[in-house]
Amino acid sequence: MLQVIDLHVNYGGITALRGINLTIEENQIVTLIGANGAGKSSTLRAIMGLVPKASGKVLYKDEDFTNVPTKDIVASGIAMVPEGRRVFADLTVEENLVLGAYTRTDQKAIAKDIKSVYETFPRLKERSWQKAGTLSGGEQQMLAVGRALMVNPKILMMDEPSLGLAPLLVKDIFEIIDLLRERGNTILLVEQNARKALEIADYAYVLETGQLVLEGPGKTLLEDQRVQEAYLGVAR
Amino acid sequence: MREKNKRHVTLLILALTILGLFLANRFLDPYKVRVINLSGIYVTLGLSMNLINGMTGMFSLGHAGFMAVGAYTVGILTMPITMKEMNFFMQPIVPFLANVEWGFLPALIAAGLISALLGVLIGAPVLRLTDDYLAIATLGFAEIIRVVFTNTQSLTNGALGLKGIPNYTNTWWSWGVALVTIWFISYLMRGTYGKAFLAVREDEVAARAMGINLFKHKVMSFAFGCFFAGVAGGLMAGLLGTIDPNMFRITLTFNILLIVVLGGLGKIGGTIIAAVIVTAGMETLRFLDESMDLGFVQIKGIPGMRMVVFSIILIVAVILREKGLLRRPKGREFTYVKN
Repeated sequence: MLQVIDLHVNYGGITALRGINLTIEENQIVTLIGANGAGKSSTLRAIMGLVPKASGKVLYKDEDFTNVPTKDIVASGIAMVPEGRRVFADLTVEENLVLGAYTRTDQKAIAKDIKSVYETFPRLKERSWQKAGTLSGGEQQMLAVGRALMVNPKILMMDEPSLGLAPLLVKDIFEIIDLLRERGNTILLVEQNARKALEIADYAYVLETGQLVLEGPGKTLLEDQRVQEAYLGVAR
Repeated sequence: MREKNKRHVTLLILALTILGLFLANRFLDPYKVRVINLSGIYVTLGLSMNLINGMTGMFSLGHAGFMAVGAYTVGILTMPITMKEMNFFMQPIVPFLANVEWGFLPALIAAGLISALLGVLIGAPVLRLTDDYLAIATLGFAEIIRVVFTNTQSLTNGALGLKGIPNYTNTWWSWGVALVTIWFISYLMRGTYGKAFLAVREDEVAARAMGINLFKHKVMSFAFGCFFAGVAGGLMAGLLGTIDPNMFRITLTFNILLIVVLGGLGKIGGTIIAAVIVTAGMETLRFLDESMDLGFVQIKGIPGMRMVVFSIILIVAVILREKGLLRRPKGREFTYVKN
């Protein structure tokens, strides 16, 4: 469904990505794991067109999406939950959700989707008139996910959704990710919590300093000795 | 039901405003009427600046420059032909403007449009900057306008300024424009564009990830703000009858910024109230500049004393109400999504 071919990204003189190849099939959870600065977030941002690509290609449904502007990428159904949640703090929960549907014009469907986000996250409904900045970290993450769902996405890209959340909330977030997949969403997940991510993922890629070093089904990588040592904290 | 009530309240306020203006024109002395006029103009100015600075989150300090453009446009376009000959005695006015004498409304619209056009031209390169850099760039731009107007003798009459601009501005014009501005900005903020402005203010990265075109919305907000700044400048020209480049110094921008901060960034109701309070306050404190007889002592008048007192009041107000005069009533004032 989404294909990334030989993607390179530079920031100024610094090379962030050197030749990334990803394939994401429909209704899969695909995860990118790796240490800080390995290039996980850069990959997502480059796909979204938020940072310029030095070279490489992005194909979405076999169409070339390499140089499509961000707003058109969003409009064609690729949504992103940005790192650090980044909810619109001074706007209400409901306004945040409405803004998620910015690229859409079908008012009735938008209203329906707001309802369904509230069904998925009852906490958000309770707080629909509250400013997003007053929500707890977990609630803000739910809002960030809900806002991305308002795009009505085919592919949902999540950047570190468990970052800075209490362990109990981390569990909730992963349950939500699983639920979204059951509903037919395709998910590209970037995570530092490698164990959780691999447990849930259909397919996983391991990034190191801007390069792919390993890939395979999530369960297989979970057993892999190198992954265990580097990311899962298992002693040799 | 709630929506209907809101509409009734709006109509009531509108009716009261019209009645108030009518009574003011009838019974108040010209000085007070002038203060009312100024208040109306400052409402427009405050809202237009709040659109740029408060709602879209761009720290622009170019308002005086855009006002100057509007004021000169109205001044030149509405001035009677014979008056132009008298004004431009150092150097005759450029031929294509010499025989122009427009009505007030078309001149005001032209003032807004020229300001907005200039806003787009300036905004396109400058709005890529953020925060302090944008403030410096726009501030510089306003100064450039002032200097240019001082030196284009055959277009603006240079440092001599324009005298004898017809006094078209009355309370109906100043408050009429203010009401149009209030309506337009409320309408804008309720719609998709307004929400996008807020998103840009809140978080540019997240806004982009939602598919919002940052640049387009910034330029649009800037252009709308400049339009109303130009119109307000035009009203000012029509009120004062005399303009010169030095009127449009940075202090003018700061007066408006003060209204915006006092009214609350991004707040419409607060800005209106702050505009009236600041304008009327500056005038009512005028007695402080004069000598006072307290019975036991005589205080000599110190010119500028009212500014000192006014500044202190402002400092206190900002400390006590850092989020603006009006608190958000139960989280509703600044929400634009219908329930």
